Amino acid sequence: MDCTQIRQQLDAYEDGELDAIRARELETHLLGCPDCLRAEERLTELRSAVRKHATYHSAPAELRETAMALVRPPTSRPWRGVTLRWWQLGGLLSASASAAALCALVALHLASPTIEQQMAAELVNDHIRSLVQDHLLDVASTDQHTVKPWFAGKLDYSPPVRDLADAGFPLVGGRLDYVDGRLVAALVYQRREHRINVFVWPASGGAARSEHVANVNGYNVVGWRAAGMDFWAVSDLNSAELEELRAGLDRN
Amino acid sequence: MTDIEGNERFESLVLPHLDAAYNFARWLTRDDHRARDIAQDSLVRALRFFAGFRGDNARPWLLSIVRNTYFSSLKATQREELRPDLDDEVMGSALEAAYKLDPSLTLERKWDRERLNRALESLPLEFREILILRELEDLSYKQIADVAEIPIGTVMSRLSRARRLLAERLAVDED
Repeated sequence: MDCTQIRQQLDAYEDGELDAIRARELETHLLGCPDCLRAEERLTELRSAVRKHATYHSAPAELRETAMALVRPPTSRPWRGVTLRWWQLGGLLSASASAAALCALVALHLASPTIEQQMAAELVNDHIRSLVQDHLLDVASTDQHTVKPWFAGKLDYSPPVRDLADAGFPLVGGRLDYVDGRLVAALVYQRREHRINVFVWPASGGAARSEHVANVNGYNVVGWRAAGMDFWAVSDLNSAELEELRAGLDRN
Repeated sequence: MTDIEGNERFESLVLPHLDAAYNFARWLTRDDHRARDIAQDSLVRALRFFAGFRGDNARPWLLSIVRNTYFSSLKATQREELRPDLDDEVMGSALEAAYKLDPSLTLERKWDRERLNRALESLPLEFREILILRELEDLSYKQIADVAEIPIGTVMSRLSRARRLLAERLAVDED
């Protein structure tokens, strides 16, 4: 290939669109041609300048709200809807039937797997919302000694916060989130390009819950109870690696 | 698929690309308000046609809707003006000319965000959009070809020309 042909292929080479054989040929040419090498360096510089410095316009908050309203009319929230109906049912029952019947009903619901599924669905929605609405972190820090104190005074409990960089899950930060009507801690971990939300709150109600694994719309959810806390990890990460994270958190 | 299931799928597959949709619309229109309108109209269209979406990467799909929405928002006369005035042959020779021009970009150059944005915004639409799709949205040539509805060969030559043009404008801007 001569210099003209090389220059015509430089862009495709830089963009990783050249096949291996032609890329090799081009690289061989660059090694022996200072002019083409300089052209290649300029192209690299230009590209990295655009990638680093050109403004990426994030969607304004209003547009996000419109988008959410578009896909989630107020009536299409299954978890909230069901909760409401329980309350109504509870209200009716306590007025008309014995407290024992109500307790039995609640216990039945707590034991029912659909509650876990609904919880998983709500948490997946929270997870997506945290990514879509650009509100992933209230406190951005990889330092567990910064993140943990941040929650003090904002919650009526102290969530366990551990950086798991050693296990390949660096802590990114934390935020407050609402789950089932209460304020809870969400810890954010990262693995490669994947964000993982770990929701933590004090264990309450019912017998110790066993482990729950679910897949909702392609998102994996793992729920478990340890050291008096309920943990729910949500991510688009595969379930095997999500289990690794859980093992890391349990090692405490 | 029920409406609710469809909306949930839409929310998890399409909404994560809302930033991309707005960013692309913003670079096409160079105006915040118009970009919001275009992005919002695009979402409405995307939701309506979502049942026909196949595949797992909704970003190129959504971006092509943004592009179509933008073009259909233009008046016919404006659309005519936007037609690329260079065929590939002319582009080829312009390409070589640009190399001979040798815009004086040096490795020590300090890149200024403001200056770079201005230069990018000043590019003709067909060059601007292809640079945004490649460098800011990180689409492959194939994906760009699908979004911009041009052959892959044209993606390659147009991208190349777009970069030369940008380098020239940055060099001119410097003086």
